[in-house]
Amino acid sequence: MSWVTKTLSSTLGRKLIMALTGLFLILFLTGHVSGNMLLFKGDGGEAFNKYAQFMTTNPAVKILSYLTYISVIAHVIYSILLTRKNKTARPVGYAESKASTNSAWSSRNMGVLGTIILIFLVVHMQGFWAKMHWGDMPMVTYEGETYKDLYQIVQFAFQNEILVAGYVIAMGFLSFHLSHGFASAFQTLGLNHVKYSPAIELIGKIYCILVPVLFASMPLYIYFTS
Amino acid sequence: MKLTLKVWRQKNSTDQGGFVTYPIDGISTDMSFLEMMDVLNEELTEKGEDPIHFDHDCREGICGMCSLYINGNPHGPQQTTTCQLHMRSFKDGDTITIEPWRAKAFPVVKDLVVDRSAFDRIIQAGGYVSVNTGGVPDANEIPIPKKIADEAFDAATCIGCGACVAACKNASAMLFTSAKISQLAMLPQGQVERKERAEKMIAQMDAEGFGACTNTGACAAECPKGISLSNIARMNREYFSAVVSSENL
Amino acid sequence: MILDSKIPAGPLAEKWTKHKFNMKLVNPANKRKYEVIVVGTGLAGASAAASLAELGYNVKAFCFQDSPRRAHSIAAQGGINAAKNYQNDGDSIFRLFYDTIKGGDYRAREGNVYRLAEVSVNIIDQCVAQGVPFAREYGGLLANRSFGGAQVSRTFYARGQTGQQLLLGAYSALSRQVANGKVKLYPRTEMMDVVIIDGHARGIVTRNLITGAIETHAAHAVLLCTGGYGNVFFLSTNAMGSNVTAAWRAHKRGAYFANPCYTQIHPTCIPVSGDHQSKLTLMSESLRNDGRVWVPATVEIAEKLRKGQIKANDIPENERDYYLERKYPSFGNLVPRDVASRNAKYVCDEGRGVNETGEAVFLDFRDAIKRDGEDVIRAKYGNLFDMYQQITGENPYQVPMKIYPAVHYTMGGLWVDYNLMTTIPGLYALGEANFSDHGANRLGASALMQGLADGYFVIPYTVGDYLAQIGTKPVDANHPEFEKTAKEVKDRIQKLLSINGTKSVDYFHKKLGKIMWNECGMARTAEGLQKAKAEIRELRAEFWKDVKVLGENEELNQTLEKAHRVADFLELGELMIDDAYNRNESCGGHFREEYQTPEGEALRDDENFAYVAAWKYMGDGAEEELHKEPLEFENVKLTQRSYK
Repeated sequence: MSWVTKTLSSTLGRKLIMALTGLFLILFLTGHVSGNMLLFKGDGGEAFNKYAQFMTTNPAVKILSYLTYISVIAHVIYSILLTRKNKTARPVGYAESKASTNSAWSSRNMGVLGTIILIFLVVHMQGFWAKMHWGDMPMVTYEGETYKDLYQIVQFAFQNEILVAGYVIAMGFLSFHLSHGFASAFQTLGLNHVKYSPAIELIGKIYCILVPVLFASMPLYIYFTS
Repeated sequence: MKLTLKVWRQKNSTDQGGFVTYPIDGISTDMSFLEMMDVLNEELTEKGEDPIHFDHDCREGICGMCSLYINGNPHGPQQTTTCQLHMRSFKDGDTITIEPWRAKAFPVVKDLVVDRSAFDRIIQAGGYVSVNTGGVPDANEIPIPKKIADEAFDAATCIGCGACVAACKNASAMLFTSAKISQLAMLPQGQVERKERAEKMIAQMDAEGFGACTNTGACAAECPKGISLSNIARMNREYFSAVVSSENL
Repeated sequence: MILDSKIPAGPLAEKWTKHKFNMKLVNPANKRKYEVIVVGTGLAGASAAASLAELGYNVKAFCFQDSPRRAHSIAAQGGINAAKNYQNDGDSIFRLFYDTIKGGDYRAREGNVYRLAEVSVNIIDQCVAQGVPFAREYGGLLANRSFGGAQVSRTFYARGQTGQQLLLGAYSALSRQVANGKVKLYPRTEMMDVVIIDGHARGIVTRNLITGAIETHAAHAVLLCTGGYGNVFFLSTNAMGSNVTAAWRAHKRGAYFANPCYTQIHPTCIPVSGDHQSKLTLMSESLRNDGRVWVPATVEIAEKLRKGQIKANDIPENERDYYLERKYPSFGNLVPRDVASRNAKYVCDEGRGVNETGEAVFLDFRDAIKRDGEDVIRAKYGNLFDMYQQITGENPYQVPMKIYPAVHYTMGGLWVDYNLMTTIPGLYALGEANFSDHGANRLGASALMQGLADGYFVIPYTVGDYLAQIGTKPVDANHPEFEKTAKEVKDRIQKLLSINGTKSVDYFHKKLGKIMWNECGMARTAEGLQKAKAEIRELRAEFWKDVKVLGENEELNQTLEKAHRVADFLELGELMIDDAYNRNESCGGHFREEYQTPEGEALRDDENFAYVAAWKYMGDGAEEELHKEPLEFENVKLTQRSYK
């Protein structure tokens, strides 16, 4: 075994992958939520559609998006590997456990939260991302150039209250996942310092609320304004 | 006080084991938890039943021998060792569930006694400074800033009881391992073998079958000596920089 | 037999150096041909096992705990002395030697104590090199404090956990040798007997505490590093498992037992709270630096206090008796341990004790908190105060602590010569298990020093001298003596298991403890000792008729383990009483009420008792035979200890 595979198959190495991919996905979410804010612009979707076009065609963004796919897949695979190892580490469980007295619920249920988010992700990507790439899209023309009208798809999709509710609930799970994951990733990377850790924790707390709230407000906004 | 004890009984490592319920009366709030167990064992002996086996030795919270998962927490409801837990933490009529540490790496030996030799093997993998007796420099030739010495002490205060493993949902030994790696990584004496130590101790920790870290913080919250989670972060740093920069293939 | 202490001739300061040169060496290539057994993995055992393995010997290390790191050395709180004179306050090797000899009330050997002081400086170097995090000053150099009434600051410490840090240092050195394959570790294994072949110790018989297997181990030398026997009193600050078994079995095989009656009663322990009590907890002696010891001035006030009619804080200044400050104006609350303990007993015997049992005195921090503020006191003693509150449920920042003396350390032990060899060739005793360095009273912060001195810096030389003389021929592990000794061990186990009486092991242990505490504790009388001897004999006979040991040998059986230990305590107790009865003087921890100065201080009899009393086992139930090793003092003048 080379030192690379040896490291990446150690518990710490696997955690490293989880942390790095997790942080990359946090960056991705930041970009995603910022771009999607264009939905609120009230320009009939022009800015949003232009942005969507840019995101699917720009070569630099392409690279980033492949990195995102890899991150999602690695995050999922390594979480499965770790969970399996962790399960075998305690073959007989406790009859009575008061874990709530020593740790946060979200930290103990990252696997469950992650699984729900993964299911959401499949639904979400099928609804928009797959359509945008390979689907039959309505077109729209701005200043003589044609664009895929993703805005219309979004507007249409969020007329469905079940889908809206699903999105909002999913964002709740994302919030819990991030509430532990954000600071935890820094801890795993060894970035724990008396000066900076409180700031990281604070940013994590703000992030885990702000980003899911912004995401959730999009379907709600569309549902209630159209 | 009158109590009901639900105690894990297991004849030996191969026995299935199960809970047995014992009522107990006349317990004073001044008693330590283990003295309460002594009283029960005296009663069992009188009746001709095998007394409950549990590990204990110094009974002053420093040897790390006592364990017991009491009512869902390692060492019971207080952040202390079981031997320092007193019955005033319980109420008359309480039911107390007593289980052994649960981890693949800590197999049950009998009743509430588990085998923690995995910890010894982790230390044997590198938890030391390789100096022979004699031939060392004068103690004051190695000045160490007070703050660093204090921090190293905080890590060195680990008693190796295993509550961190017992508390962790993954039965992870990160807090234990990181405490020793941290202590020696901070001190000048530990620099020479710093990289090798981190690599070897973590390899041994994994080989023993402990789980990984999810950063839940349960270990530090339950540690009777208050070992900090920052040690785990330091261990991670030590390990990553060691594997990247060491020449061990 | 004439006891030869083998103290080298010549000036005190040159004895050890000269001796080291005169001892035979084992060729480096031959070292790997020797096997050495080390029983016990405390400071003495772990340091000896590690050091011998580093030299190249093959070592087997045994401990009854589940890990060598749990040996009871770990519980030592205060510190370790060393004559470094880092503080420029006039310390020297000779001063440490002098203080230790005087503190021991002139009942230790000059040669041994001087060597102890001499190597003390190496211990600190060694521990620091291992990464032991001693307390430091802001400049990065080591900090020291004055401890146990010493006039110089020579105590190195690691908060209130010095023993833990030193033991973990020795344990790490031991672990390194385990990894190197030079030490084979046997945890959860108890030594049951020593095997003697042609008069030499050649191995041991052990019981695997998990499987019950009785095994034999052969070696060229056997080191007993098995600690003290304070648990003979049932209640003590010792760990629950601390026992005399290894030393006692060696004694029964021919090793003389020296000064068994020298027991240290530590003045600052948490008092007994009831019959359920299983052990006593020490509160570090350092508390006496700021705490003031007192009891009510009259029995009447004390009675009201005991009945709960008044509280300690209600008692005005003029109704408090700060008896140590009153009787010993110059040392005050910092008098040595034996003096502080005895005076606590006196005031409680007068009826002025302060808790329900009447056996406690106050240790009050009110004035210190008023003077320095609560934060300063918290910084100094926070962990001790927390521990106190945890155990008693009382907050010592608000109400005075209650303390009472408790058995803490035993200065007596197996007789050893200058080489730490017992009267059985090839059998050594190190640390608290031997008798050698503390005389009749041990000074604070000296136990850790002795354990590590023996293990790191004495035994690696002296054992080599012996091994070089006996040659490299392997010990025959099939010698019939191994099987014979193992069979005796098995028979004894069978006997214990087959009695199936009506009383638990603890019943006997508690009863023995009470006898010992009442008659052979802080104050002893000829009459009381005679009475106690008869009682112990009776109790021992009852034990072997009526003890109830459940279960079988072939399993983890904690009752059986205890039964073995208590059986040995029942024999040792009688020897302690014989020794105390024989010693018609008061010295250090041994206080015979008949022998005291008009002020109630210990009155030594140097003319008749300046000797080590070494006892030879003469067979079951027979009186032991006393052998005297005279103590000669060439470098110190014997004086009456005075702390007025």
